[in-house]
Amino acid sequence: MARKALAGIVLLTAAGVALSGCAGGGGGDQADNTIDGEVQGEIKVITWRTDLVEDGTFEAYAEEFNKTYPDVTVTFEGITDYAGEMQTRMSTTNYGDVIGIPNIQPAQFEQFLEPLGETADFEDTYRFLPAASFEGTQYGIAFGGNANGVVYNKRVFEEAGVTELPTTEAEWLAALQLVEDNTDAIPLYTNYKDGWPLTQSFSNLGAVTNDPDAPITMAENPAPWTEGTDVHAIDSLLFETVAAGLTEPDPLTTNWEQSKVDLGTGKIAAMTLGSWAISQMQDAAETGGASADDIGFMAFPAEVDGTQYAVIGGDYNLAVSRHSDAKAAAWAWIQWVVSESGYTEEQGMVSPVIDKELPETLQGLSEEGVELMEINPAPAGKEGLINEIADDSQIDLYGPIYRQKLVDIARGAAEGDKESYFAELNERWAASMANVAG
Amino acid sequence: MSLATPGAAPADAPAVLSAPARSRRLRGTRRAAAGGTAAPGGRPAGRRLAGRLTPWLFLSGAVGLLLLFTYWPALNLFWYSVTDWDGIDLTKEFVGLDNYAQVFTDPRIFNVFWVSLYYFAASFAQMAIALYFATILSFSTRLSSFFRGILFFPYLINGVAVGFVFLYLFQPGGTLDTVLAWFGLADPPQWLGNPDIVNWSLAGTSVWRYTGLNFVLFLGAIQSIPHELYEAAELDGASRWQQFWAIIFPGIRRIIGLSFILAIAGSLSVFEIPFIMTGGANGSATFVIQTLQTAFNFRQVGLASAMAVVLLIIVLLVTWIQRALFPDEKVDLT
Repeated sequence: MARKALAGIVLLTAAGVALSGCAGGGGGDQADNTIDGEVQGEIKVITWRTDLVEDGTFEAYAEEFNKTYPDVTVTFEGITDYAGEMQTRMSTTNYGDVIGIPNIQPAQFEQFLEPLGETADFEDTYRFLPAASFEGTQYGIAFGGNANGVVYNKRVFEEAGVTELPTTEAEWLAALQLVEDNTDAIPLYTNYKDGWPLTQSFSNLGAVTNDPDAPITMAENPAPWTEGTDVHAIDSLLFETVAAGLTEPDPLTTNWEQSKVDLGTGKIAAMTLGSWAISQMQDAAETGGASADDIGFMAFPAEVDGTQYAVIGGDYNLAVSRHSDAKAAAWAWIQWVVSESGYTEEQGMVSPVIDKELPETLQGLSEEGVELMEINPAPAGKEGLINEIADDSQIDLYGPIYRQKLVDIARGAAEGDKESYFAELNERWAASMANVAG
Repeated sequence: MSLATPGAAPADAPAVLSAPARSRRLRGTRRAAAGGTAAPGGRPAGRRLAGRLTPWLFLSGAVGLLLLFTYWPALNLFWYSVTDWDGIDLTKEFVGLDNYAQVFTDPRIFNVFWVSLYYFAASFAQMAIALYFATILSFSTRLSSFFRGILFFPYLINGVAVGFVFLYLFQPGGTLDTVLAWFGLADPPQWLGNPDIVNWSLAGTSVWRYTGLNFVLFLGAIQSIPHELYEAAELDGASRWQQFWAIIFPGIRRIIGLSFILAIAGSLSVFEIPFIMTGGANGSATFVIQTLQTAFNFRQVGLASAMAVVLLIIVLLVTWIQRALFPDEKVDLT
């Protein structure tokens, strides 16, 4: 009996040690462990691209990488709910060596990430720097970039008799009405149930008014849901389209995977998504027995003095964990993977390396005369201001909740109308501006 | 544990006086001490020590895990609820009761409790169905084990799977609409898209899932009623209906009471079915879904923790009121 009891104590103690071990550990403070050090050791890459982990694409990258840096062992971990899971994982010290920067405030970068250098030193080489920059220090490099706009099925638009791509809200509604009248396709699919596709159109912020400072303009406007602003145009387009009955009949049962096939085969005419979706839609079209050439991409239907603009912005930014044991290897991986791996070419994304050409998928945009624009970095001290106000007011600009309500109101499933809801949003926004400032 | 041996008495106090004095505070100490003096050179001291420690060691595993994984996180939750933590920052600033003030002053937070009423209403249907079948199947019915299996089966399915199954069932042109069309109902409503129906659809799914649990509880309770009572009742000429009201219902009143507590607590904290099927959209958000959104969509973990604490207190309060209004009566069938 006594021996068993003692064994119990030993076990419990061991468990205790193991548990407390989780909390501590994680070196990374050794003097020679810097991003300029020797490129060697083991690194773990945490990624949201679970598909590329499973089909071996990343493994092939690692082999290629090892030809240049033979002393590094690269392993991958794909997380399906990346944004959600990283948030809890960041409270430990064990979140891999290379990560995509999750939804954290710029002021918090230094708590979790290794600084990579002065932003100014990267400006000649890379695009999309502002999102991962704080007070002139760069913390990450975008893995790839996208243009924002609308993915649509060219064949359906032709059948419907739409000859010119819409450049205003009125033209957009007229075009979709033609689709509704002349074809069997659903003119605009919101993907309401899955939620996140609803958030994609917000990335057009700035394109409507050609304002590269749009996030800060919005953060400093006490009534941003007023005619003439970016966010008003973006949300109004969704509202009016739903109100006109030009979206799916039952938004509560939408299905993202199915919607890709349906857009490819012409059962859906359009979705407001980033250009990253084009290659997925093309694959889905071919799987469904249609042609990849049917998939087109247009800019958000708005124009400034006759010119349309499309915002290009970075995807997740790759960064080195502060707690990494092989910071130099992690940094070497990031530089290699964004410029040498061929990832952006394969995925049809805009390369973060300035010298590289735009992908084929965006040729359509340049043919239409659409100008690409990038959003400027926020002024010092105002990085993340728009996020703080959004969080405080519980208007999830980068999430689906308030837009689902918008769709509900537009389809008559919730009380209110466009004016009352936009007024409520303005009121909440102004109150939170005061809160955050005070 | 040095108290166990007589030599451990403080040097300045006479051993004879101190031992009984202590025994009043620590029951069992004296007996052990007496045993030690009465049988000098008996069992080795270490062995006796281990023997006395054994129950505590057995307990320590379970209690340790309970403390580590239930009470420690709960304490953490209380701590988070008085900070402005965003869920990720390394520093957490103390803000006092601000979060609680916001929970009670923001109408948007408490409005969602109306949604719980749907689930509460549905739990009556759930218990009625479970009680009905439990009564019938407790008598010898043809294929009774088969039907018991069928009724309990939904409870064994993972909640996520149930959500997906019903998502397809409720789709326009889905299973439910097809079945209704066979009966000539050609124009069914949108089961999830219609804001007036969505919560009933979800509550119905919840009934389907949890009836099995109530059923098994009721069945077990009914079967624990001595069989002679039925025989005696039958000899006296009682009908099945009379048997139900005179024997079964009073016999399982405790279990019904327990089910009620579970139903109320459950309907206040509904989560997985609406979360999987609608994500809380279209007016189907429950308090737990809203807490989750506050914590992770709006990055206000402090406020969300306060909401969680408030929900905990409400559930405890409701249970306490219920126990106070309907005390646990002693069941007496004789």
